[in-house]
Amino acid sequence: MSTSTDPSVVDRTKTLDCLWSFQNANGYISDGFLKQCAADLDISQIELEGIVSFYHFFHRQMTGEFVIYLNNSIVSECKGFLRVKKAFERETGNIFGKPDRCGQFALFETACIGLSDQEPAALINFHPFTNLNTLKVKRIISELKKGTPVESICDEVPDHIRFKPKGDKCILLKEYNLGLAIWKLQNMGRDGVIEVLKKSQLKGMGGAYFPTGMKWEFCKKQPATPKYIVCNADEGEPGTFKDRVLMNKLPGLMFEGMISSGYAVGAEEGIVYLRAEYIWLLGKLEDTIADFHKRGLLGKDVAGIKGFDFDIRIQLGAGAYVCGEETALLNSMEGKRGEPRAKVFFPTEKGFLNQPTVVNNVETFCAAARIIELGADHYLKTGTPQSPGTKLLSISGDCPKPGVYEVEWGTKVRDVLEMCGAEDAYYIQVSGPSGECISAKEFDRKIAMDDLKCGGSFMIFNSNRDILKILENFTAFFKHESCGICTPCRAGNFIIQRKLEKVSNGLAYSSDYEEIKQWGNIMGMTSRCGLGKMATRALLMALDKFPEFFATKVDQDGEGLNKKFDMVKALKPYEQFGD
Amino acid sequence: MSKKITIKIDGKALKVEAGRNLVTVAEENGIFIPSLCYYEHIDPPLGTCRVCTCNINGKARPACTAKTEEGMDIELDTKTLLDVRSAIVEMMFSEGNHFCPACEKSGDCDLQHMAYEMGISYTRFPHLFKDRMIDFSPKRMVIEHNRCVKCHRCVEEIHTDDGAKVFSFCNRGNETIVSIDIEQEAKLSEEQAVNAMHICPTGAILVRGKSIARPFGDRQFDMESVKKPENAKAVKKAKSKKAPKRDKKVIATTSLAGCFGCHMSMLDVDLGLLDLIEVVDFHKSPITDIKKFTKKCDIGLIEGGCCNTENIEVLRAFRKNCKILVSVGECAIWGGVPAMRNTIPLAECLEEAYLDSMTTEPEENVVPYHEDLPKILDKVYPCHEIVKIDHHIPGCPPSPNHIWKAVSSLLWGDEFSVLYSEFKYD
Ligand SMILES: Cc1cc2nc3c(=O)[nH]c(=O)nc-3n(C[C@H](O)[C@H](O)[C@H](O)COP(=O)(O)O)c2cc1C
Ligand code: SF4
Ligand code: SF4
Ligand code: SF4
Ligand code: FES
Repeated sequence: MSTSTDPSVVDRTKTLDCLWSFQNANGYISDGFLKQCAADLDISQIELEGIVSFYHFFHRQMTGEFVIYLNNSIVSECKGFLRVKKAFERETGNIFGKPDRCGQFALFETACIGLSDQEPAALINFHPFTNLNTLKVKRIISELKKGTPVESICDEVPDHIRFKPKGDKCILLKEYNLGLAIWKLQNMGRDGVIEVLKKSQLKGMGGAYFPTGMKWEFCKKQPATPKYIVCNADEGEPGTFKDRVLMNKLPGLMFEGMISSGYAVGAEEGIVYLRAEYIWLLGKLEDTIADFHKRGLLGKDVAGIKGFDFDIRIQLGAGAYVCGEETALLNSMEGKRGEPRAKVFFPTEKGFLNQPTVVNNVETFCAAARIIELGADHYLKTGTPQSPGTKLLSISGDCPKPGVYEVEWGTKVRDVLEMCGAEDAYYIQVSGPSGECISAKEFDRKIAMDDLKCGGSFMIFNSNRDILKILENFTAFFKHESCGICTPCRAGNFIIQRKLEKVSNGLAYSSDYEEIKQWGNIMGMTSRCGLGKMATRALLMALDKFPEFFATKVDQDGEGLNKKFDMVKALKPYEQFGD
Repeated sequence: MSKKITIKIDGKALKVEAGRNLVTVAEENGIFIPSLCYYEHIDPPLGTCRVCTCNINGKARPACTAKTEEGMDIELDTKTLLDVRSAIVEMMFSEGNHFCPACEKSGDCDLQHMAYEMGISYTRFPHLFKDRMIDFSPKRMVIEHNRCVKCHRCVEEIHTDDGAKVFSFCNRGNETIVSIDIEQEAKLSEEQAVNAMHICPTGAILVRGKSIARPFGDRQFDMESVKKPENAKAVKKAKSKKAPKRDKKVIATTSLAGCFGCHMSMLDVDLGLLDLIEVVDFHKSPITDIKKFTKKCDIGLIEGGCCNTENIEVLRAFRKNCKILVSVGECAIWGGVPAMRNTIPLAECLEEAYLDSMTTEPEENVVPYHEDLPKILDKVYPCHEIVKIDHHIPGCPPSPNHIWKAVSSLLWGDEFSVLYSEFKYD
C-alpha cells in the first residue's frame, strides 16, 4: 500500500483496473502511460513494470485490433489445437507470440480458458469462440477482416449441464429462487450461520478442502475491522469450468453465499476476483449485483437486517493461474504482483490489506447458500457420512458428453464414466494437472473426501493418447505459470521439462525416472505454495501407475558406460558452415 | 526479555526465548541452519530461496519463516533434509550462470559459501544455460542477471529516501528477473548503492569502481567453516580404514575443453610429485605424451568438458580404458568457463570469432570446416552427460592437495578429509 496521504494519489488497489482501462483503449501499456500511472500510484516505474509483466494479458508492445488467445491446454491439444493454430496463422498471416506489424491481428497462446467442454476454444478480444476447426477459423477471420464486430459473431457458450441427482438429492443445481438463503439469515443469527455450516461438514471446493464453517468462525473471531469476503473466481485449474457455469446460471446463488458469509463474520465488503478469461460473464454479474441492490439484498441494512451493510464489487484478474492461490489472489487485489505470500498468517488473520478475510471458491459460496436455504440435515442426507453433499464435476476430454455433472460425493468413477459415455478411458486426470491421475485399475474408486478427492476438473483420455504428451503439456503449463518467487518451483519445473524432453527424444534411461521422482519430491517438499508442491504430482503418479507405458520409452541402465547422445542434433548448428 | 521456552533441534533440547527467528536462535546456539534469502532486518522474512528447509513438528518448512514456540520439534540434519537443502543450492547453480572464477563476489558470496558448507562437488541437475543479460544501463550500478538467485532482498530493502523501490521483480516464473529503476537508482547516495551491493548475497549487484574483489585468503568465506568443528563433517570420507598398501597404479589424464589449468594444479604438488612417481605410472597423458591407450588404467583424470567431436571420442576412450573416471575441475564437471558460450547460439559465436571479428583479414573470413578438423558441438557438455563419471573434484582449478588426496584415496583407500580451505570453485 502506498503510504502517501496525498489525495491525488490513486488507491493502490485500483492498479489492475487502471492498467486494463488504458490497455482496452490503446491495445497495450505504453511507456508514457506506465510513467504516468506509476506517478499517480506514487510508486516507482520499475515496480509498476514488475506488476504489468507479471500478468500475461498485459502487453508492453502494440498488439492489434483483434487480440486472439488460443487455449493450449491438453484438452485443446487433443481436440486439434495444432491445426487450429496453423489455421489462425495462415488466415491472418501472423505468427503466434510475434507482434503484428500491421496492428490488425495479434496471436497468443494461453492456458486453459475454462471452455474445456468445447475445445479447441479461443478468446478474440475476450469474446469466446468455441469448437474451432480450420473452416471455422477461416470464416471468423474473413468476417473480422470485413469489419463485422466481434461480439456479433462470437459463440454463445452453452452451460452443458448434463446430470443432476434426482429429487432432494440435487443441491447446487436445483431450482433457484432468489433470496431464500438471505431472508433466513436474521433468524439464524451470526453464530447460527456458522453452526449450520459446521454441522453440514462443508469443505472448500477450490481444491484445498478446508472446512468452510471453521474458516468463517476464525474470521468472525478476529477483532480487527474492516473484514472482507473474497470470492475466488479465478478458476484456473486446466479442465475446470464449473465455476463458469455457476456464474452464468446461478450468479445470485454465489452472491447469496458471499452475503451470508459477510453477515456471519461481520464484513461490509465482498469482492469477486474474476479471471480475465471470463470477462464475457462480467455484464451478467454486474446486472445481478444491480438487481440485488434494487431488491435491498445489497447495500444498507441488507434484507432488512439493521446495521448489516454489505456491498459486492468485481475485481478483474489479468492472466495468471497462480492468482487462484488465495494469498497470491490477495496480493493481486492489492495491485501487486500475484506472488503467493510466505505463509506467516492465514488470510482470516491478515488477508486483503492485512485485514481479516474469508477467501472461498465460487462453488463453496453456492453450496453455503444452499445449506443455509435447505438446512444442514437436508445436505447431510446426500453423499456419504464421511463425505456429505454433492460436487460439480467439469468433465472434458475423450467422452461424447463433456460438461458439468452434479454428483453426490461417493459416486464411483465407473459410474461417472458411464454417465458421460466415455468408452475407452485409459488415463484420467482428476482435479487438473495438480491433482491425481488414475488408471483403469482404479475405476471402482469413489469420488469422496476419504478416497478420490476432486476439485472439479475431470479430464478423460483414451488409449490412443500419449501419456508423455499429456505430462509434457502439464509441465509446460506449470513452468509458464510459476510465479518465480521460490527456487524449487521456478527452476524445478524448467529442469523437469528438460528431463521429459530427454525421455521423449529417446535419450533417457530408467535411472532418469528415478531422478524425476527424487526431484519431483524435492519440489513438493520445498515449494512455497501449492503450485510448486503439486506440479510434479501427476508425473510421479503416472510413473507409478503406468509402468508399462514408461518402460517402452527408456533403456535399462548399464548398457555400456557411454551414455546416449544425440550427435546429429549437437552438430546441426555447425554443419551449416560446411558446404 | 521474553519468556524462556524449550525447543528441540535434532533431539537436543535448547532453552531459548519465545517468538524469535529460528535461524538466528539456532545460530546463537552454535547450530548452523543454511540460509540464503534470510536477512535479519527484513520482517516478515522473505522465505524465497527454501535453502533453510527443515522439518518443524513433522512438516517440511523453511526455518527462516518460523518463530520459536514452546515444544517446537525440529529435525535438521536428517539424510533426506541434508540432501534436499543441497538440491536447492544445486538448482541455483544450474539455473543461473555462475562462473565463479570470473566473479567479483567470489569468496564473499553467500551462495558459494552455502555450497562449500554443504560440500557440493557437482550439481545433479542439468545446467540450463539460459541467455541472460548484464544490465549496464544504470550509471553507477551493473546488474549481472546471470548471478541473481531471486532472493528478493534488494526488492524489499533498497528504497530511495522518498520510499520508492529501486528494484523489482519483472516477468514471471523462470523468466523472472530483478530489474532496476534507473531514475530511482540515480537518487541513491553512494552509501546506499554500496549497501545494495552488500545486501545482495551473490555477485548480481555491482557498483562501478567499488570492487569487492579481494585476494585469496582475505575473503569472507575462504578459510573457516561456520560450522563448529565437531559438526563440520569432512567433505569426503575415505572408504577403508586399512593401512595403505602402495601397490603401483596406472594413471591417465587428458585435457578436453579446458585450459590446462587443472593439469598445472596437478603438477603443483611440487616435491610431492617425486613421491608420487614412485607409486604411479602415467600412461596416456599430456605429461607423458602417450597418445593411445595400450593398457587398462586404474584411474582417468579428465580436465575440461566436451566442446567438439574429438573430445567425445577421447572421453569415451577414457571410459573404456579406465576403471575409475574422475572429472577434475569445473569445466569437466559442468562446462566451466568455455561454457560461457552455451547461452549463445553457436552460429553467432563462430560468426563473431571468424567473420565479423576486428582482426579478420579481408577475404579470410571463413569459418573453418574441414574433414580433418573436429566438429564443434552446439554447446559445451559436461563429461557426465557423455559417459558415466565416478567422482567430481571441484575447483577452477582444484587445489593440488584436494586432487591428490582424492586420487590417493580412490587408488589406495587412504583416509582423507579435504579441509574447508581447500574446497573451492575458483
Ligand atoms: C496454484 C493454485 C491455484 C489455485 N487456483 C484456485 C482457483 O482457481 N480457484 C479456487 O477457488 N481456488 C484455487 N486455489 C485454492 C485457493 O488457494 C484456496 O484454497 C481456495 O480459494 C479456498 O476456497 P475454498 O476453501 O472455498 O476452496 C488454488 C490454489 C493454488 C495453490
Ligand atoms: S511454488 Fe511456484 S508459484 Fe508457488 S510461490 Fe513458489 S514459485 Fe511461486
Ligand atoms: S561467486 Fe557467487 S555469484 Fe559469483 S559466480 Fe560464484 S556463485 Fe555466482
Ligand atoms: S540481485 Fe541480489 S539481492 Fe537482488 S534478488 Fe538477485 S540475488 Fe537477491
Ligand atoms: S533462508 Fe529460508 S527460505 Fe531462504
